[in-house]
Amino acid sequence: MTSDMPVNANLDETLIQIVRENSARLLAALVAHCGDLSLAEDVLQEAVLIALKQWRKKGAPQKPAAWIYKTAKNRAIDYLRREQSFTRKTNEVAALYATEVEDSLTLRAKAPGIPDERLKLIFTCCHPALPENARIVLTLKTLCGLSTAQIAKAYLVDETTMAQRLVRAKHKIKATGIPYQIPRQHQLTERVTSVLSVIYLIFNEGYVSSVNQSLMRTELCEEAIYLGKMLLTLLPMNTEAMGLLALMFFHHARNKARISPSGELVSLEHQNRKKWDHSLIEQGDKILKPALMVGDIGPYQLQAAISAVHVHARRYRDTDWKQIVMLYRHLDRLQSTGTNPIVKVNLAMALSFAETPLLGLAYLDAIPRDNRIDQYHPYHLARADILFRLERFDDAKEYCLKAMQYCENKTELSFIKKTIRNIEEKRQK
Amino acid sequence: MQYLLLIYSAESLDPKPGSEEFGPLMNDYYKFTQEVKERGILEAGQPLENVSTATTVRVRNGKTQIVDGPFAETKEVLGGYYLLNCENLDEALECAAKIPTAKYGSIEVRPIMILPGD
Repeated sequence: MTSDMPVNANLDETLIQIVRENSARLLAALVAHCGDLSLAEDVLQEAVLIALKQWRKKGAPQKPAAWIYKTAKNRAIDYLRREQSFTRKTNEVAALYATEVEDSLTLRAKAPGIPDERLKLIFTCCHPALPENARIVLTLKTLCGLSTAQIAKAYLVDETTMAQRLVRAKHKIKATGIPYQIPRQHQLTERVTSVLSVIYLIFNEGYVSSVNQSLMRTELCEEAIYLGKMLLTLLPMNTEAMGLLALMFFHHARNKARISPSGELVSLEHQNRKKWDHSLIEQGDKILKPALMVGDIGPYQLQAAISAVHVHARRYRDTDWKQIVMLYRHLDRLQSTGTNPIVKVNLAMALSFAETPLLGLAYLDAIPRDNRIDQYHPYHLARADILFRLERFDDAKEYCLKAMQYCENKTELSFIKKTIRNIEEKRQK
Repeated sequence: MQYLLLIYSAESLDPKPGSEEFGPLMNDYYKFTQEVKERGILEAGQPLENVSTATTVRVRNGKTQIVDGPFAETKEVLGGYYLLNCENLDEALECAAKIPTAKYGSIEVRPIMILPGD
């Protein structure tokens, strides 16, 4: 015990902070050894309660996180021993004992005494055998350490629903034998893709609707960036992980300029570029450049590169649209399995700026139509925008109205309404 | 853990005996079966007769009903199975991807339930 350790009230706070900072690592290490996420969560919670009692009496130990880890692990051993009539559990108990030795060898700078097993847990939480929404909530719960209530708030569902989703996901992990392990080489690429998409989905959930909604949604962006950083620490040579993190930095850098003081969405063209977070842009550059130099180009790197072109234009009219067209074409070729409406629509827009609005319109016309594209509101908005520039105001308005049918986000809806008012003004002139 | 790998395909797509594709398909099945045998994970595995041979039995109000055909009319039908003893789902999924029919049909992977006391 250290003599300058503050008493009770601060002790509780210290404890909360230690648990929050180390929760992913603690949980991952426990799961890796007892092979059961629910059990790991339970024993971690119990260990925190034990810590609370004992530290109040005796003061905090020198390595508090390691203390909690050890206590939790002992609880797990107790539980598994009690269940030893199930023969298959004996292996797990043996594994827990074996880690005693291992732990002393894997001392890490940040969390001494806790082996870093987070990568295994990431792959479990993002396993493609789990439904997408389950992957997201599991990741937020176990790796970001968010509470069920916080996640429910962020995703605008009630806590009971969210708790049920978590229970179902954990049940599937256990019942189907989804392993806590780093996938073998031949499965690794597709599994990393699944992890990246979960992180990006979390980011987008926060990004798309960061106004008029609960504050938790903006925090989702930060949680996604935290996960992106964690993944990159664990997979330092993965160029797509680098691409994703750079992409999130570039998007997040524009966060404050995207929303007007009155809470309205501001388009890229009208954003105050001085409000962009240039240190984040710099961080994005630092990650993206070496990734691109490796030459193993994937969709996240390309999207990051497109974003980089945007954030490096001093003014909107300085945007290098020709380069953006080139990058979108590359992205479109990579994703040639099926039509990706997002890429096609963006490519059409880029063409309309790099070449002529008519060419952009022709490209939009050439996209094969299906339900997915018909219900994708940016498709109609892109058409409206190009028609507006061609001064075909009635047609432009018609497509705005169509976009409104399929848009569910309040902020975007008010943005479309504003566009319609703008069109009407121009038409009267 | 034990996993049942259920092999589904549209029978119209299955290569017919005597066709050009039939030989290579059988050969691939032979190779796959050999591999899981050598790895020591094969518990059982058999192809099924054509779905037209299916008979469905139901007991309702104590009466046995016997109907010709499978329990549900679907395009892809169960054509065979493997029962494998895998370390975890990832190994089962890796095996499923190697079943020749996966290239044009679907493999459903289901864990065998462990009953308490087993």
